[in-house]
Formats: sequence, structure tokens, C-alpha cells
Amino acid sequence: MGDLVSNLSLGFGVALTLQNLGLAFLGCLVGTLIGVLPGVGPIATIAMLLPITFGLDPTGALIMLAGIYYGAQYGGSTTAILVNIPGEATSVVTALDGHEMAKQGRAGVALGIAAIGSFFAGTVATLVIAALGAPLTSLALIFGPTEYFSLMVMGLVFAVVLARGSILKAVAMILVGVLLSTVGTDLETGEERMTFGLPFLSDGIDFAVLAMGIFGIAEIMRNLDHTETRDVVRQAIGRLLPNRDDFRQSYKPVLRGTFIGAALGILPGNGAVLGPFASYTLEKKLAKDSRRFGRGAIEGVAGPESANNAGAQTSFIPLLTLGIPPNAVMALMVGAMTIHGIIPGPQVMTKNPTLFWGMIASMWVGNLMLLVINLPMIGMWVRLLKVPYRLLFPAILMFCCIGIYSINSLPTDVMFIAFFGLVGYMLIKLGFEPAPMLLGFVLGRLMEENLRRALIISRGSLETFIERPVSAGLLAVAAILLVIALLPSIRKGRDEVFTE
Amino acid sequence: MKKVVLALTAVAGLAATGAQAQNYPTRPITMIVPFAAGGPTDVVARIVTDNMSRTLGQQIVIENVAGAGGTTGITRAAQSQPDGYTIMMGHMGTHGAAPALYPNLKYDPTKDFAPIGLAAGTPILIVAKKDFPANDLKGFLDYMKANAGKVNMAHAGVGSVSHSTGILFNSIINAKPTLVAYRGTGPALNDLMANTVDYMTDQIVNVAPQIQGGNIKAFAIATPERSPALPNVPTTKEAGLPDYQVSAWNAVFAPKGTPADIVKKLNGALVKALDDENTKKRLADLGGVIPTNAERTPESLQKLVESEVARWTPVLKAAGATAE
Repeated sequence: MGDLVSNLSLGFGVALTLQNLGLAFLGCLVGTLIGVLPGVGPIATIAMLLPITFGLDPTGALIMLAGIYYGAQYGGSTTAILVNIPGEATSVVTALDGHEMAKQGRAGVALGIAAIGSFFAGTVATLVIAALGAPLTSLALIFGPTEYFSLMVMGLVFAVVLARGSILKAVAMILVGVLLSTVGTDLETGEERMTFGLPFLSDGIDFAVLAMGIFGIAEIMRNLDHTETRDVVRQAIGRLLPNRDDFRQSYKPVLRGTFIGAALGILPGNGAVLGPFASYTLEKKLAKDSRRFGRGAIEGVAGPESANNAGAQTSFIPLLTLGIPPNAVMALMVGAMTIHGIIPGPQVMTKNPTLFWGMIASMWVGNLMLLVINLPMIGMWVRLLKVPYRLLFPAILMFCCIGIYSINSLPTDVMFIAFFGLVGYMLIKLGFEPAPMLLGFVLGRLMEENLRRALIISRGSLETFIERPVSAGLLAVAAILLVIALLPSIRKGRDEVFTE
Repeated sequence: MKKVVLALTAVAGLAATGAQAQNYPTRPITMIVPFAAGGPTDVVARIVTDNMSRTLGQQIVIENVAGAGGTTGITRAAQSQPDGYTIMMGHMGTHGAAPALYPNLKYDPTKDFAPIGLAAGTPILIVAKKDFPANDLKGFLDYMKANAGKVNMAHAGVGSVSHSTGILFNSIINAKPTLVAYRGTGPALNDLMANTVDYMTDQIVNVAPQIQGGNIKAFAIATPERSPALPNVPTTKEAGLPDYQVSAWNAVFAPKGTPADIVKKLNGALVKALDDENTKKRLADLGGVIPTNAERTPESLQKLVESEVARWTPVLKAAGATAE
């Protein structure tokens, strides 16, 4: 404990210098501003802004990059809430109830609770990293392909629970998502699958492209369908900040979300994506009236947003303590560190204690900055909704195109969001929900690859999934969850689709 | 009259190109890096161009065009205007292994480029899980013979450096392990550290921290000399496998048809960057090997590409045939 205090004070000594405070602020601000562009998630933002850190010393540069990361992550949630365009997998869930809240004139409350929940989760996660980072590292190593496959099975069960309409339609959408995830070059053999020989499909479909098309472009088309309702939305702006009632409803989801997100964030191979989905599922199951979910329930924003931020932060653990990046964003951070002459690995903690602890302390500082930057900005974002839709939608469309092009510099990506927009519009019209499909898409690839990996290592024996205790436990939880999810639908029929 | 005008235009045109090459560069240069930002090739590109930009007096802007093992970006760069304003960072995969791995490749590494020069060599290491029941390369080879069919080799996906160099290694030691593919080096190393898979071959920058931290074992480094970053790891020659010599090199190319003056200017800037103490140190910190003066010319790079294509094609084709 004494160690922790002295380490943290060393860290804060580094993070609280005027220069580093300024860099954290700048990083958060720039990250938020760029991340708020539809489709520009943390990866694209960091890649774009990487060069501006070149002139800095390594610690300052990493503090700034971490700030950009949090800023972009939060910016992505802002777009999800305001215009229903999730920039990446973790903000898909935020869009569900967040955007409904915005439609009801509660955009400010949604943004506010997202910022406050994120700050709380970030604070807890920082403490977790500081106190338990090293011992928790071994958790990442327990999760091999077998355990990962079972975790993903559990994740897909969340997708079923997530759906608010017909369970059959939800399952169909999950399967379509899984199918879409198999497009591209097969990892084990290098063969192209379902690419029709088209070169731009050889690396599969990009998540951002799919999400922006299915959610964003489709949403624009639907809004153009009935402009009247949109104009009503714009008049009812309502309160800007959450009130006591909102807090009372939110504090438990925030606590639970923080715990779930922090635990899943430590896992290798992007376990953090499951955090918000798991949190949403849990809140929906615990709620007295689960029908409110998908119609602007504040718990549906507070829980997942906290889980999202806690996971975003604890995913630094494998990077900082092992030098192994658990996901694409962290891989980019590894690159950023190596460019600055710090090769991430188990030695960073002992060789560069000021950098290591400075960075951990700066995480908390970064979260505080986000709160400071974003609470006043909520008013500005909300006022954006007042812009007449005929002016707003061309701007959104344009930013979508710029955003998506800036990720891979591929013109085909821009055409693809148009295509998926049409698909998404048809799905909305037919009463299919896109969220389970996106979860199927995210989990499908991880599931397939880990299943094959596990079977290759076990030489084809399926028993490996039951023999390994962690895997068996996860599968059991998945089975129980599935039964709980299906029972009410068998007994009394599920909640009908929200029709306008 | 018409002829005179034509001749005049031609002369004027020539003069203009001459002047262009002389003043080159007058605007920022784009360097296409065919991998995601943050990867080993991207890092080398950013370190080298940092210094080259200062020499040329114009910024070199990195554009990451990832996809299909780097061939998407290189295809685009190869088809761009050969005016010196679009250059690229190629590597062992895109300009050596790609023709064997991608039958529909839209470029020929030996014909469609104006080579500028080699930027850095990245040594390859043979590494194994911590619990591997052998402590040197000889013990490893004996174990492989005694336990054929039981051993798993990890790699970072078909077309990655760890995949190609691993297949070359297996063909030299005549082993047929079960291949386990990962999406990138990070997850593969994670499972190697967790003792889930047995061994892999990969670039020094990726594995060095884990070797130093005692999380994995290193059997040998596939270069003629030991690396200062890992002085205790023997070379393949010392360990008794002199045939396994391989490096994940990175080199600067321009599209075919780029004027000779511009190639010369770019090569000059690259050579100057490689002589710069700070650049050298930054590359060496990553375990990179700075090319010798003889290896820095466009001609030697052309020869390197030709020899690499000739080397990888049969090895990878043979492995592909046996993979079915």
C-alpha cells in the first residue's frame, strides 16, 4: 500500500507539471473534436494525430496520445447520441438509448451522464491499474483460444437478450452479422472467401463502414422520410444536465458497468468490446420495467458508457505490464511508444518508472480534463440539434464521407457506406434491428478464429472446451443466460417492436 | 512553321522537366506505407523520413494504406505519377514474398519500380515458449525430430513476416509443425507467453522485450552478427544452422519511370539520414541493422529484390502445395 502511494505520488509529480497538464488538455480537446466526426473513431484519430507528438519528449507524447484516445472515445459517444452514428463497436450500445433520449429532448442529459459515468469509471479503472495492474496481467495469459471462444459464445447470447423485438428476427440478424464477418481472406489458409474476386473485399468489411452505413446513413434516410417528427425533436431541447432523479437512476448502473468493463478490458484480443453489451444486458435484466430500454432509458446510457470507459482504460494493463497490445488501438500505442524510443515490454515499469507511473496518473488527469472540456460543450452539441435538418444532413453526410475515407484512404469504403445505408434503411422498414447484427459481426470473426485455433491446438478434440475450467464456466453461464432470455418470450411473448 | 512550333514546345517541355527535377521537391512528398500506423514498417518509415524531410526541405507525409499483406498500398503507389511526389516503403513481404502468395498481384517487384535504397534490416529470431523442453537450437531441433506432429508454430497471419520466415525455417530444418494463425504479432506472442503454442519466428523489435523480460526463450538470431540489443542470443551460424539467414528489410521505392535526377536526390537524402547519429540510434534501439554503404544504392536494392523474389517463390509455393 505504501508502495502504491509513493508510486502514485511519483506519477502525479510527472503528470501535474504545467507542460504535461497542458498536453493532456490539448490531447483530450483535439481528440474530442476529431473523434466527434462521424466514423472517425479512436484508431483513425490517433493515426492522424500521431505526427504532431513527434517533437515532444516520450512521456509528454504518450500523455497527449492517451488524451487523444480518451477524447476520441468520448467524441464517438457524442456522435452516437446526437446523430445515431456509432464510430466503433463500443458505442453501438450507447446509440440505442442515447439517441432515443436525444429524440425526446434529453440529449444534454444523455451526454452529461455519459461524461460523468465515464469519469467515475475512469477514476476507478486508474486505481485498478495502479494497484492491481501487475497481478492482473496473469489473467490475460489464462485466456487462450479455448476460453476466448467460450467468452464469445456468451457474448452472442447477450446479443439475443439485447434485441427488443421478435427473437427470431434478432437471431436472424446475429447470423447475418456473423456471415458478414467471414468475408475476406481466411486467416489460416490465406484463401479469399466471399469476396467475388473484388480486391477491396479481400481484407473483409471494415466495422466503421458497416456501422456508419447501417446506423448513420440509414438514419438520415429515415429522417428524410418524416421530417415532421424531426422538427419536433429540434424544438424540445430540455435540460442540459442530469438532475437528482437521473443520478438516482444511474448510480447503480454506473457502478456495475465500471466493474464489468474493467474486468473485460484486461482480456487480450479485444475483450473490451463486450463490456458495454454485457452492461446493457445486465441493466435490462435488472430493470423493473425492461420495456423502457431502447426507448430512452438513462440506465442504458449510464451503464454501457461507464463499462466502455473502464474497459478502454484497463486495456492498457497488458500493454503497460507485458508490452502486448490487446486490440488495434493499443497496437497503435505500441507504435507510438517505439517511435519515441520506448519499446513496450515487461521492463518499462522498472526501467522507466517516471514514464510508467506518469502515464497512469495522467489517465486520471485525462479523465478529469474530459469532464472539464465536455460539460460546458454539451450546450454547444445540443444546440447543433437545433440546426434545421435540411442543413444538418448534408453536413453529416459529408463528414461521414470524409471520415470514412480518412481511415483507409479507399474510395470503395465511401461507396460501401452508401450501400450499407440502403441495406440499413430496408432493415428498419422491415422491422429488423441493426444492433444485434453489429454484435454478431464483431464477435463472429473472433469466435470463428478462436474456435479453429482451439481445435487446431487440441488436434480436433471438442472436449477441450469442457476440460478447461474457465471455458466450461463461461459456457455454463451462456447456457443459463440463454434459458433466462428465452423463458419469458415463450411464456408471454416478447415486447413488440417500437413502431412510430 | 508547324514543325518549329512543335520543336519549340518540345524544347520548352524538356526545359520544364529539367527545371522540375532541379528544383525538386517544390511541394510535400507522400510516402505510402502499406501497413497500419504503428507497425514495425511504419515506425522505420517515420524515423527515416523525419530526417529526409529536413534534407529535402519539404515535408514527407506518411499515408498508411493497409491491406492484403501490404500489396494494396504498393499497388496504389506503383500506379501513381512517377514524378517523385509519391514514394513508398516496401519490405521483404511486398517486394519478396508477395508474388508467391498473391497470384493476382498487380505489380512485378522486379520491374515496376525505381528503387531508391535500403532503409533498415530487421533481424529475425527463433523464439519459443518459456516451458519449451530445450534450451538451445540443437536441443530444439532434436525435440522437433522426436516429437513430430505434436509441435505448434504460431504466426501472425498468411503473408506476414512471421509466416514467411517461419515457413522458410521449417523447410530448412525439414519440420512440419501444425501452424496456428493469429491476427497480428501481439495475440500470437500472448499465446506464446501463455505456453499455448510452442514456437515462432519474428522480428527483433516485437520479441526483444519479451526475451529480456524472461517471458519467452530465444534460440538464435538469423543474422551474420549478434545484435547489441540481445548480446546473449547466438547467431544461427554459431548455433549450427548457418543456412537460416533472413531479415525483414525495409526499403524506399518510387514508381517506375521516376526521373533519374529525382531518384538520385531521394537516395542522397536517404543515405544522409542513415549517416545521421540520431536516426542511427533510433533505428538501432529497435534492433534495426543500418545498411552498409554498398547496400544503400538503388542498384543493390534492385539486386536484393530480384534475389528475394527468387528465394521466396519456391519455398512458399512448396509450403502452399503441402498445406492442402
